[in-house]
Amino acid sequence: MKQKQGHIPHKKLNRYVLKTQLTYHGLMLPACIFLILFSYVPMFGIIMAFQDYTPALGITGSSFVGFENFVRLFTLDNIQQIMFNTLYISIMKIILGLLVPIIFALLLNEVRNRLFVRSVQTIVYLPYFLSWVILAGVFIEILNPTNGLVNNVLNIFGIDSIFFLGDKNWFPNVMIITDTWKSFGFGTIVYLAALTSIDPSLYEAAKVDGANYYQQMRHITLPGIINIVVLMTVLSIGSILDAGFDQIYNLYNPVVYSTGDILDTFVYRLGIKDMLFSISTAVSLIKSIVSFVLIVISYRLAYRLTEYKIF
Amino acid sequence: MRTTKAKNGIKTSWQRKAFMIFNLSFLSLISLICILPLVHVLALSFSSSFAASSGKVSIWPVDATLESYKYVLQNTAFWHAFVVTLKRLLFAVPLTLFIVFITAYPLAKNSQKFKGRELYTYFLLIPMLFGGGLIPEYMTYMKYGLINNIWVLVLPGLIPIFSIILLMNFMRDLPAEMEEAASIDGAGPLTSLFRVILPLATPAIATIALFSIVAHWNSWFDGILYMNHPKNYPLQSFLQKTLTAFDTRTISSKDLGMMRLISDQTTRAAQIFVATLPVLLVYPFLQKHFTKGLVMGSVKG
Repeated sequence: MKQKQGHIPHKKLNRYVLKTQLTYHGLMLPACIFLILFSYVPMFGIIMAFQDYTPALGITGSSFVGFENFVRLFTLDNIQQIMFNTLYISIMKIILGLLVPIIFALLLNEVRNRLFVRSVQTIVYLPYFLSWVILAGVFIEILNPTNGLVNNVLNIFGIDSIFFLGDKNWFPNVMIITDTWKSFGFGTIVYLAALTSIDPSLYEAAKVDGANYYQQMRHITLPGIINIVVLMTVLSIGSILDAGFDQIYNLYNPVVYSTGDILDTFVYRLGIKDMLFSISTAVSLIKSIVSFVLIVISYRLAYRLTEYKIF
Repeated sequence: MRTTKAKNGIKTSWQRKAFMIFNLSFLSLISLICILPLVHVLALSFSSSFAASSGKVSIWPVDATLESYKYVLQNTAFWHAFVVTLKRLLFAVPLTLFIVFITAYPLAKNSQKFKGRELYTYFLLIPMLFGGGLIPEYMTYMKYGLINNIWVLVLPGLIPIFSIILLMNFMRDLPAEMEEAASIDGAGPLTSLFRVILPLATPAIATIALFSIVAHWNSWFDGILYMNHPKNYPLQSFLQKTLTAFDTRTISSKDLGMMRLISDQTTRAAQIFVATLPVLLVYPFLQKHFTKGLVMGSVKG
């Protein structure tokens, strides 16, 4: 730009710069309007969490009650169980969601047959694109206690049928496993990309020095992907209160509420079904704040550890 | 092949061979586990309901029939929901692409070239991290008169932040000289955006289009939440009601529930498959672009 300034008269350049700036702001305008209307305006509704909200009176007419809704919330007798369920399901999903793709990518990376690698990748990635509604239909079918595929196989091995989705001990684990099933292909692609970007000459050098496969793995492969592993771990911490509404809502039923109910499904039942608008909004608010703090911390951490920057 | 080069003696290469055999079978097995449930449901959809209810179907149709598909294709409610989803895609995808495109462009400039970029960044990021929650959103949209309106499925999700970041990163990698050359020739920012950047950014835009199509195709909760009348449900919301609403019945009145469940079994399977088919059809394109997009968006950072 600097070299070319000489060719353009100064005034003209200023006008050009101004016009450009205005155009940029103009281009941002539609997105900003939509965000204000559909994201920022609803944020004011949070006031409901501090009110004894009555639909007839609206937000402007309902009376303020301070933190009463929060107190009521924490004295609900099943809130501890719900918190436990949320954290258990979500933490297990995070752990498996890290381990399985890494191991799978490491194993896949050892295969030299391109066609095989690509086919496997294509297949394991597919479930990621299907909605939980569709997959709920699939799982309800194959986990069916009377004639589902899984129980048929178990019966062959002499194991009694298990009502996976109607047994409160099985339910959370089924959620964890099926979620891993759905999403590990996605993670595999990220790690595989990291693995293939490792300089092959490092392996050549190691082999010349007589390193075996285990040593190559330990000293080249793992250090080569550790950054992306740290990044994915740190970033997943921010979603620790999201145990997966789509999945659980579509698969659960009253029999497994005690172990399967998570914050999001609880908010939905409380808010929409029981019309307890204020308490439901209070739960949302707590969840938003905790997530916000965790995400900010984890992004800082990610930046500190791996220099990752989102914007 | 690494094995041929590594001369660590016979023992290593023997172990290596054993490992590769194990590895290939293990990877194949896992792939099978990923695809088998879907194949099973496909097989069910083509089987007779008697074969399905007696648990004879595994991965191949038994007493092959098209009955369940006939039933689904004659089901007007199914088609109605299908049309709602198509309408939704028709409204949402072009609009999303347009907004993402014009928003990513100024954000791809650095803060010196675009004063106020930082501010906009925060403005865009905050809604991603913090929201009003279910009830306040519902009430706001109700006040806008959007309940039972197809636009409620389109408008709130119009600014997908991940797509903006993806396109922004893509635009940053484009050679800046092209735009500078255009501006020397007298092109304003809008001209260079639509005549220089747009043609160059088509691969990234295609990726985002696929993101958007899949997201809207798969979305079900907003339909359930914002539509009072099942007539207005998009396909996935309609399926949510028909596919997953049986559990309570099986438990409360077991016999009756089971009877219904069994006769519905093949129909459900056919519905699942018809609703999955479009995703399967775009999947080859999807996968190619997604892999690139993902690697572009996440690994390079």
